[in-house]
Amino acid sequence: MDFHLSNEQLMLRKMYREFAETEVKPLAEEIDEEERFPMETVEKMAKLGMMGIYFPKEYGGAGGDVLSYAMCVEELAKVCGTTAVIVSAHTSLCCAPIFENGTEEQKQKYLPDLLSGKKIGAFGLTEPGAGTDASGQQTTAVLEGDHYVLNGSKCFITNGNVADTFVVLAMTDKKAGNHGISAFIVERDFPGFSQGKHEKKMGIRGSSTCDLIFEDCIVPKENLLGKEGKGFKIAMQTLDGGRIGIAAQALGLAEGAIDETVKYTKERVQFGKRLSQFQNTQFQLADMHCRTQAAQYLVYAAACKKQLHEDYSMDAAMAKLFAAETASDVTRRAVQLFGGYGYTREYPVERMMRDAKITEIYEGTSEVQRMVISGHLGVK
Amino acid sequence: MSFNNTDIAAFKDVWVFCEQRQGKLMPTDFELISEGRKLADELGVDLCGLLLGDKVEGLAKELGGYGADKVYVCESPMLKNYTTDGYTTAICQVIEELKPEVMLFGASNIGRDLGPRCAARLHTGLCADCTHLDVDMPIYKDFLREASTLAPEKIEGLNTAMVLGEKHDVSRDLKMTRPAFGGHLMASIICPRFRPAMATVRPGVMKKNPFDQAKADACQIVKPAFTITEDDVQTEVVEIVKAAKKLVDLIGADFIVSVGRGIGKDVAGGIKLAEELAAELGGVVGGSRATIDSGWLSADHQVGQTGKTVHPKVYIALGISGAIQHKAGMQDSECIIAVNKNDTAPIFEIADYGICGDLFKVAPMLTEAVRAAKAAK
Amino acid sequence: MKIIVSVKQVPDTSGKVAVNPDGTLDRASMQAIINPDDLNAVEAALKLKDETGCKVVVVTMGPPPAAGMLRELMARGADEGVLVSAREFGGSDTYATSQILAAAISRIGVEKDDIVMCGRQAIDGDTAQVGPQIAEKLHLPQVTYAADIQKTGDTITVKRMLEDGYMTIKVKTPCLLTCIKELNTPRYMSVGGIFEAYGKPLQTFDYETLKDDALIDPTTIGLKGSPTNILTSFTPPLKGAGLMLNEGDDKANCEKLAGILAKKHII
Repeated sequence: MDFHLSNEQLMLRKMYREFAETEVKPLAEEIDEEERFPMETVEKMAKLGMMGIYFPKEYGGAGGDVLSYAMCVEELAKVCGTTAVIVSAHTSLCCAPIFENGTEEQKQKYLPDLLSGKKIGAFGLTEPGAGTDASGQQTTAVLEGDHYVLNGSKCFITNGNVADTFVVLAMTDKKAGNHGISAFIVERDFPGFSQGKHEKKMGIRGSSTCDLIFEDCIVPKENLLGKEGKGFKIAMQTLDGGRIGIAAQALGLAEGAIDETVKYTKERVQFGKRLSQFQNTQFQLADMHCRTQAAQYLVYAAACKKQLHEDYSMDAAMAKLFAAETASDVTRRAVQLFGGYGYTREYPVERMMRDAKITEIYEGTSEVQRMVISGHLGVK
Repeated sequence: MSFNNTDIAAFKDVWVFCEQRQGKLMPTDFELISEGRKLADELGVDLCGLLLGDKVEGLAKELGGYGADKVYVCESPMLKNYTTDGYTTAICQVIEELKPEVMLFGASNIGRDLGPRCAARLHTGLCADCTHLDVDMPIYKDFLREASTLAPEKIEGLNTAMVLGEKHDVSRDLKMTRPAFGGHLMASIICPRFRPAMATVRPGVMKKNPFDQAKADACQIVKPAFTITEDDVQTEVVEIVKAAKKLVDLIGADFIVSVGRGIGKDVAGGIKLAEELAAELGGVVGGSRATIDSGWLSADHQVGQTGKTVHPKVYIALGISGAIQHKAGMQDSECIIAVNKNDTAPIFEIADYGICGDLFKVAPMLTEAVRAAKAAK
Repeated sequence: MKIIVSVKQVPDTSGKVAVNPDGTLDRASMQAIINPDDLNAVEAALKLKDETGCKVVVVTMGPPPAAGMLRELMARGADEGVLVSAREFGGSDTYATSQILAAAISRIGVEKDDIVMCGRQAIDGDTAQVGPQIAEKLHLPQVTYAADIQKTGDTITVKRMLEDGYMTIKVKTPCLLTCIKELNTPRYMSVGGIFEAYGKPLQTFDYETLKDDALIDPTTIGLKGSPTNILTSFTPPLKGAGLMLNEGDDKANCEKLAGILAKKHII
């Protein structure tokens, strides 16, 4: 068991960190304040190959591995939760299902633009009536000759307002339950497809979140992803991969909060001492760091298993569960250690705390992760 | 290499390369002549200026007024504008012929282009960007006692140095002291085995002597022989452009004068005083969060946690209390000066120099004092 | 056409630097980075590579860890790397270093349409001597302080900065240019570039490799080849607690302060 990163991974981490500090951090407060999607950052990340890290060069990817991708999301999240989830949702929820399930024609058509970052991807599963209970899909897809007609709506879709390519789930056979769900590749300008208003949220406020509306939306037959009825399986597998990304995002948020807290407590003086000289501060940070480091091992292990094409579903669930709850815990403690100043928007920890909360909810709530883990344990 | 520059005894006199641009001598030339005078006196030799250009002989006497015994003038249309090759060729020929023991250049953009090329051609040592030059050992040791944390025994033992395994007496060597590692380390360099010992000297550091007309009149002008052909010069100067100083922003500024809530009783007046002090220092004006929130300064002036983090050479805080979110933006400044009516203001905890007083009275006095100190240099 | 860029791995002296109790610098407290001006030189070379398809070779004289820096430059787009490293080269001052680098660059080969690029100066030595001295040893024309570089055919037009303006200088290849930070914004390593970096060729030149060059023999390298010697080095006294000026009145305080600043060459 080799816990060492390769030369390339070490270089990547260096690059991600420099990029995050120089290009992403200066914008983090502003894009949160203004709820602005940082398109200029996406363009810069695209140029460096960060929008298609673990996909092969033949489709326009950077030829890297899953861990390299997780580290990218981690380093971005240290300074900006919003920017991290842009990369994660795009990579794991759109590029990945097309790469893993697409026909050669579909891969050649959609992957080059997505992996080069020319186009942004998104994933439409969640509906007003189908959140944790994903099988409650109401959106329908009816085959009419050479195309499907989609009707229904999706909600809370990350990258929704900015994406060009969407992997969308819809019912092709209402009577077959989960086996009646199919996956489709939907392009932004297909007739009958529109996006809703930007959703205002507690955190990751610069992340584009909105409804997807299908009103007799015409989707060519060739855009069926995988086989009819296989959509639910594709969705579950896609979410497995997505959980690694979100776990990395949570991990980065926790790490960023710890960095800021260490810095601040070494400066702030009360009772004639630096906060860092008080044992409470020291013990809190020791706990925070310990849990975060444990989260990192879970995230990296899940990424490595996926890279080796081993069954990683439980590992991804554990990583996401643990990292998300750690992020919420660590960021809350960080704000407390900052005291009053940490509650103001002048300092970044309150934003990190607001950003952390969603990691316990999206791409499978912590409750869902517990279902997955106990299911793998055979506890029923 | 056509001459033996290890024959130390054959080399005599201190020379200063005097840079002229478009027929005007650079201010640093007078600083170097003054410094060179001191070194020449310590060595008991002549101080000579070296002036290159086209029809520049008329500039030479002025160098005498600051202490040059003679000025070697090399004139040619090919030397009108600085080219690396033209100047290196002429200077190296003249040095090989006349053998000075010390050769000083100002560490201007041109000096730092020319010095190394000459040193390489002559196979001798060059020390760049010097801030202190010494020959006399007692004076050098005094300097070390004041400027360093070296142990007294170590300083005493510096009369000799080990050079290639042999003891070498450094008393007649030029000791060239200069900053390295971004200024965190000072090093004294010697060139024991070759001549001339060459140094580029940081502009604005050496003290200029008062001008003496009698000395100027007595200064000898000598025109040594040299040859320079078009084949020697491999670059072409297309144009020389003087550019207006571009606006300095907070991040790159060497000097920042920041105002805080303390200017409240006369905002416009307070900002004006800050601008005048900043202008005298060649810097820019910044502000604490309070001044931006109150609309006294625009957001791009803000220094602090929200706002810019700055690392200037000098940060002057006028009427700023020094709350933690302001400190976060400026605490790594090299030199922090604080002026505040309240002697318990937290800013004084991180200031290198503090004046407890009314900024409206202190700031203009400081501006005047800086102006006077600069003029005296 | 190829561009040879001379680069140096240096300690990061721009941040906080720790001083040991004996007054020496704590070198371990400083991270090893690529010298900032050299990154501008590499970027200039890579820009020309983007335009013309030329080859970019990066060369450094340093201990074995410097090879990691060469790999990072390859991750940015450099095609080949050369590490010049030998015990015999240790202790070299700028003159000796320039000789060794000149010999290495000679061995890499400087053709008629090639360019040698350097950063203006390294942030540890701060001398700005190595670039011009390499040029002298290779008999190449030099243009330093390059803030803009344009290539048309075999002619390079350089905007060469002065303190109060600039000179526009034309020079033919082969030549040597030293670059300043105003020249460009260095690119990041790319993900794809990082995965290619370790597959690119990296040679090591040691004393055996270079000893037949006219510039190299035991008297021209290391301490023997260095005309300058360090007599002594020291750290300036640590900043003590702040000084509250209380000369009696404001005018006296200001004059004293101005005097202190002038004495320290701050103004």
